[in-house]
Amino acid sequence: MKKEYSKKTLEEITKKFPEVTVKIHGPRRIYLRAPREKVYDFAKFLFEKKGFRLSTATGIDTRDGMEIIYHFTHDEAGTYYNIKTVIPKDDLKIKSLATFLPAANWIEREIHELLGVDFVGHPNLVPLLTAETWPADLCPLRRDYQDEHKDLKVEKKAWEEP
Amino acid sequence: MRRVVPIGPYHPLQEEPEFFKLIVEGEKVVDLEINIGYNHRGHEFISQTLTWDQVPFLVERICGICSDSHPYAYVLAVEDIVHITAPPRAQYIRTIIGELERIHSHYLWLGLAGHFIGYNTVWMWVWRYREPLLDLFELIMGNRNHYAINKIGGARRDILPEDYPEIEKYLDLLEKKNAMFTNAILDDPVIRARLENVGVLTKEDAIAYAVTGPTARGSGYACDVRKDDPYDAYDKVDWNEIVFEEGDVLAKTKVRLLECDESIKIVRQCLKNMPDGPIETRVDEIPTGEGIGRHEAPRGEVLHYVRSDGSNMPVRHKIRAPSYMNIASNVVAVKGYSIADAALVLAAVDPCYCCTERTFVYEKGKKKYSGQDLLRLSWEKTEKLRRRYRK
Repeated sequence: MKKEYSKKTLEEITKKFPEVTVKIHGPRRIYLRAPREKVYDFAKFLFEKKGFRLSTATGIDTRDGMEIIYHFTHDEAGTYYNIKTVIPKDDLKIKSLATFLPAANWIEREIHELLGVDFVGHPNLVPLLTAETWPADLCPLRRDYQDEHKDLKVEKKAWEEP
Repeated sequence: MRRVVPIGPYHPLQEEPEFFKLIVEGEKVVDLEINIGYNHRGHEFISQTLTWDQVPFLVERICGICSDSHPYAYVLAVEDIVHITAPPRAQYIRTIIGELERIHSHYLWLGLAGHFIGYNTVWMWVWRYREPLLDLFELIMGNRNHYAINKIGGARRDILPEDYPEIEKYLDLLEKKNAMFTNAILDDPVIRARLENVGVLTKEDAIAYAVTGPTARGSGYACDVRKDDPYDAYDKVDWNEIVFEEGDVLAKTKVRLLECDESIKIVRQCLKNMPDGPIETRVDEIPTGEGIGRHEAPRGEVLHYVRSDGSNMPVRHKIRAPSYMNIASNVVAVKGYSIADAALVLAAVDPCYCCTERTFVYEKGKKKYSGQDLLRLSWEKTEKLRRRYRK
């Protein structure tokens, strides 16, 4: 089953994309940090040329900006590659992967509504999980999210049985 | 002329929240719109407000059927942050429960699929042999579902040596019955006519939509976390990955049936080679860092990404369930088939929406049991069961 060693793949990646920094966490866990402009080409290379599979993406609200992690897996070698990029909070834009990778469609919609990141070129960037009446500028997974109902204290009597 | 046939927001047969808009021309389905989020519970957000040891109990409740998969992936992710592995006995225990869960989940789907095509004999027949497995879970862990077996650094419960014969006995029964099901279902001309060449998902589409689990393996795309990225006891046992090329519903059925055989093989080997020793490595502190846990759930790859800032709670916990990828592929799988086939095709990925309901017993308008009473009743039942099996 194991056809290709991850070391060889990693060398090929760093040769083609020298601006990517590599952090090896474990034998099959690799974190790659790429600048925002390079993520699209990099992911396209991994998917089309190397046959990686997109597992999912994660959006994290950090102090330095919004962090997006695309989790790719290389099933032939069993190695997990995580492409990280940080987007500044005053310009929340990144090129969408959904144009060539349908698997990225839902997860980018989800990150868009929960964290407010704009995926440029996405074919259908409408909310996935939140209700139709939910305001578009309210992002529930952001650190500064304030919900008027969040601190509402419900009187205990309302829940008790008659 | 185009018309819309809605299925949902509650699926009439599966009784789960999902909303499919079938766009049809006559009897033929030409397009599909999927609308999820009807029952969004915000697990990722809640998880950030709980401590490390509380989270397994939360993520277990994501799904009532694969309730071992999510805590399993979560503890693997946290162990990845701390750079430890569970002791050998705990690894074997977790593997056994993971595989038994796969059998019961595949049988659940098989029964439902029989029900979907109007073949209720299959449904009742299959679930008849699924029931003893749930008893077995209750015998080992005290609960039919929500086993709470996973813990950061090991397992919460031991499998007692006096329970081994019970498990062996069930596996012997199941091996015979599974062979019978496989032959009966694959020989039946009516079932074949309903399943063959229906809902074909090609290999190219499987790769583009990044589907996982039996959905991918039924389309000829071999991806199985247990083989590709082995964890716990999976690289210490001998088993085969089941892959079929056709991509139709029949291929997915075959994958699931034959996988049950492989699961029986894995559990047998684990029971035979079960090492002695502790079942837990003590974890005092979760350092700053990030970790990824992957587990092959019955429906495909479960992924948990956890980030720690050194405090007692995860700072971000990303959960990706397999159905999230699999359901999206329905858009291509259902196109061009008739409405009658659509119900089955949409269910062929074994969608899992998870809703577990609570029970209330009312007598003359008054609530008969409180939460505490129900808990006591459940304990009494488990004790009864244990007395029956352990003599």
